Amino acid sequence: MRERLVIALAAIAALLLAYNLYHIFLVLPDEAAQGAIYRIIFFHVPAAITAFTGFFVTLVLSIMYLISGNLRYDSLAASVTEVGVVFACVNLVTGMIWARIIWGIWWTWDARLTSMLVCVLIYSGYLMLRRAIDEPTQRARLSAALSIFGFADVILVWKSIQWFRTQHPSPVLSIRTGGGNIDPAMEHMLYLNFLAILMIAAALVLVRTRQETMAREIDSLRRLANAA
Amino acid sequence: MRSLLQALSIARKDLTVELRTKESLNAAIAFSVVMLLLFSFAFDPAADVTREIAAGLLWIVFAFSGALIFNRAFVRELPNDCLDVLLSSPISPASLLLGKAAAIFVLLLFLEAISLVVFGVFYNLRWWLRPIELALVCILASWGISILGAVFGALTVNLRLRELMLPVIIYPILIPLLIAAVELTDTLFRNQPLSPDQLLWGRLLVVFDVVFTALALALAEAILVN
Repeated sequence: MRERLVIALAAIAALLLAYNLYHIFLVLPDEAAQGAIYRIIFFHVPAAITAFTGFFVTLVLSIMYLISGNLRYDSLAASVTEVGVVFACVNLVTGMIWARIIWGIWWTWDARLTSMLVCVLIYSGYLMLRRAIDEPTQRARLSAALSIFGFADVILVWKSIQWFRTQHPSPVLSIRTGGGNIDPAMEHMLYLNFLAILMIAAALVLVRTRQETMAREIDSLRRLANAA
Repeated sequence: MRSLLQALSIARKDLTVELRTKESLNAAIAFSVVMLLLFSFAFDPAADVTREIAAGLLWIVFAFSGALIFNRAFVRELPNDCLDVLLSSPISPASLLLGKAAAIFVLLLFLEAISLVVFGVFYNLRWWLRPIELALVCILASWGISILGAVFGALTVNLRLRELMLPVIIYPILIPLLIAAVELTDTLFRNQPLSPDQLLWGRLLVVFDVVFTALALALAEAILVN
């Protein structure tokens, strides 16, 4: 059942992505000021939103694990974090490519770049901590606690670095600006590509969760065999 | 009230042990002096630019030398299964964590006082111009480092790779606190008045301390009890 869901989700995401790529590269015109490079926004912004959605979902799953003690929440939290970190890296790399063309440099210590890098480091620490603990319940308990501390910190990191320095372009989505900063056709495509990327992320999470669950079952069988 | 008394007795125990052995304090002070020495090779100690970045250098020294203190807080309890004994005693996990954080806090303030004096001498820095505000910044930032140091010291105490994991986990989380502390300390070293914008950093330090102390107390059992 789950395999079919993964295949269906991946197939719909692939079709939607193909449709989006056609429109992004062949239908939508170049942006007036930036030229062709602006198209990176269709991957850059959805990757960031997907990553943050993932980090928030991890927080919820971590709290649910600490309340219930059900290891399925832990497997899901680990998978969602992994996928979240991947999309955070996609966001950073696409941002750097854009910055090289527009700003002439690969990296600047701007608020959002720095904040995203800190988020990647916090959640990479979470993934490294998981690898350092062998016992499943201890791993689940400690990584759930770290995830809660990490998410609380993400909010403070974004606020503090924003005060510290910023040169990143202002938000463009009309839900944040009230409209007028982006062409409606481009914004429509942004949302459509967000949907495609979110579906890809969901398919990846389902695949990783299955692997995590199987790894835990194999580990418990191995422990049982060693104990016998 | 009872929990606070329990925390105080844990802090008193840790401070007594530390004063008798001085194992982490001596190492932390020596490490901070070594770092200050290394900075003198990386930057020209007489140049104005070094004094401009003095606040940042100093907080890097506090944070890195502090690691030697909070790393030992729970590791000290491993021989003879002392941690298990503490956890099976009537002391609550939250009190244990709070007591450990309090002991780290006192040691960290002591380390900061010594580093400030050494830094002032080596780099000709006039750090005493605004002593009360500087003390307040040090207290607020050190409490944040202490409570997170205690939490992550407890979180990694039973890991094989604890010495590797602790800095990887704690420093990204300390970033907002360190930015705020550096911004405020820099203004105080320059003896400039604190603008409303800079007072935001003070508020950030308070929020950081409150949020992470509350989380630490709420999650103490999940972190400590196996």
